[in-house]
Amino acid sequence: MPAGSAGVAIRCSGLHKRFVSRSSTVDAVNGLDLEVRSGECFGLLGPNGAGKTTTIEILEGLLAPTSGEVEVLGSRWESHPDQLRQRIGISLQETRFAEKLSVRETLELFRSFYRRGLSPEEAMAQVSLQEKSGAWVGKLSGGQRQRLAVACALIGDPELLFLDEPTTGLDPQSRRSLWDILRELRARGRTILVTTHYMDEAERLCDRVAIVDAGKVIALGSPAELVARLGGEHVVEFALDATAKGIGEAEYRALPGVSGVRIHPDGVALTVTEPHITVPALLERLQRERLALARLATRHVSLEDVFVELTGRNLRDEAASAA
Amino acid sequence: MSGTGPFRALLVSRLREFYREPEALFWVYGFPVLLAIGLGIAFRERPPEQVRIDVLGAPVGDDAALRTLQADPRFQARACAGGECAQRLRLGRTDLVVVPGAQGFEFRFDPTRPESVLARARTEDALQRAAGRADPVKVEEQPVTQPGSRYIDFLIPGLLGMNLMGGGLWGIGFVLVDMRVRKLLKRLVATPMRRSDFLLAMMGSRILFMLPEVALLLAAGALLFHVRVQGSLLAVLAVSLLGAVSFAGLGLFVACRAQKIETVSGLMNVVMLPMWLLSGIFFSSERFPAALQPAIQALPLTLLNEALRAVILEGASLSSQAIRLGGLALWGAVSFVLALRWFRWS
Repeated sequence: MPAGSAGVAIRCSGLHKRFVSRSSTVDAVNGLDLEVRSGECFGLLGPNGAGKTTTIEILEGLLAPTSGEVEVLGSRWESHPDQLRQRIGISLQETRFAEKLSVRETLELFRSFYRRGLSPEEAMAQVSLQEKSGAWVGKLSGGQRQRLAVACALIGDPELLFLDEPTTGLDPQSRRSLWDILRELRARGRTILVTTHYMDEAERLCDRVAIVDAGKVIALGSPAELVARLGGEHVVEFALDATAKGIGEAEYRALPGVSGVRIHPDGVALTVTEPHITVPALLERLQRERLALARLATRHVSLEDVFVELTGRNLRDEAASAA
Repeated sequence: MSGTGPFRALLVSRLREFYREPEALFWVYGFPVLLAIGLGIAFRERPPEQVRIDVLGAPVGDDAALRTLQADPRFQARACAGGECAQRLRLGRTDLVVVPGAQGFEFRFDPTRPESVLARARTEDALQRAAGRADPVKVEEQPVTQPGSRYIDFLIPGLLGMNLMGGGLWGIGFVLVDMRVRKLLKRLVATPMRRSDFLLAMMGSRILFMLPEVALLLAAGALLFHVRVQGSLLAVLAVSLLGAVSFAGLGLFVACRAQKIETVSGLMNVVMLPMWLLSGIFFSSERFPAALQPAIQALPLTLLNEALRAVILEGASLSSQAIRLGGLALWGAVSFVLALRWFRWS
């Protein structure tokens, strides 16, 4: 894309952020390049500690990078901070709003900071919180609070929306209702930058995804493109009886239709193009070796598999151990 | 169309949060009044106290001394036996034991107890007069007890000062750190909000909360204990306003970096505890050694309390308190400037 094109909402290059404390030096962001196009929903995906929040806070102008270039909506934070603040909306990772103010009062407060924007009613309608208008924030459920956070991000009618882990800690139903809200915003032409450590969320919401690990982008593309890189669209997962040794990786790879093999302590995952050909061949092979199956499942390839393929680590485990 | 301005919206939010918190309302408004009532009752004026005298041996032996003392309303005299007298004296149930003898009297008492020393003087006086002593000089007594010189008069301005200090430190410091912990400060600076609007709204809220504080305490003092404000109410209000703003600055300073409620609570106790003790809330700061006085007199709460007492009890003018008020303003200004320089929004 040519430089200075109007179609770019965020551009950053060579982004570095180093945190120095008495006991340690951490490079939270380590040479990160990114380009978010206007009107797209862009996902920053990675495990906890990958540098997603540091990156998004630099882009939001809340943190200064140690080095690197940042351009948001064609301006720089150093030169136009006030103007940029009027044009973007932000939802931080976990903000606890004043408990004893109502939803409407909270939105009125945030509205007062912007020159133009939505009315509190409009913002509540966009996140379906109208019936909680008079309720104190302290009485809201987790999902409702998160929707309030999004409403506060929307109150200035921003061109660009930053959402840091908007669904972390929510129940499945609340997550889905928040996804609907974000899809609708994108349909209205807003640019959205969202961070998440949920692969399924990125797959469902985002036009493009950057997978971040150790402060760098290690893969970039649409969810479909990233998944296609694995060579197959399906995963066959199985485990043998605890006593069985199994057969070698090369032998699994030799089965018809197998494009990838991953052996981990809990079992084996095969990336395949056509499960209906591979599964019978696998079963026949195991029977010949007199190996008993403990479980067998097939599913579509997900970004989760992409992450494991790229890093050799399991995203879900890391999210759990960090939580 | 665009609703209210940011300063007003912030101020209104702060007021709403405050009056929807019943505990905060109690500590700011109820507690100081209860404290004034409690202490006012405990240290109320009593009728002149009687001294308690035991007379040994009476009524078996000579009971002239006993009758003399019982006839005088200043004494509460009774007869008792030897062992009992010693016991009562040791336990402090009597102030003095009179032992009648052939030549005169023997007084048994503890000279380190002020009431015993008083009892000794009065008893000797009464017994000598009864025995026929003539006083060469006539002394007349004119009792004087009037509002303005009682403990409660001393106390009310002190409580007012204490309340202004607590309100500024807790009302600003605690609230700010709580907002920082909740990441609400960070969320606010992620909007186009002007930081000066935010800080001015915090200050403004303190000034608004201060008005009922001062009014309630002065009204309770006036209605329950007849504490009269000798100076002008406007001067009291002006001194209170300066106190509220200065301690709000100090609260801002204490809270400017703390990232945990525990940290800021500890810091606030470090700041407030010495002043509770030294700055003359419950008793005069002049009780401390002269070597400490320059430091004590420079403390912001001492400056505020002394100025409040001068205006409320002595009817002093504002200009006569210029040095104290200037010192107080300096405390507020310096801490405000330092707080702004070091303030951490996230």
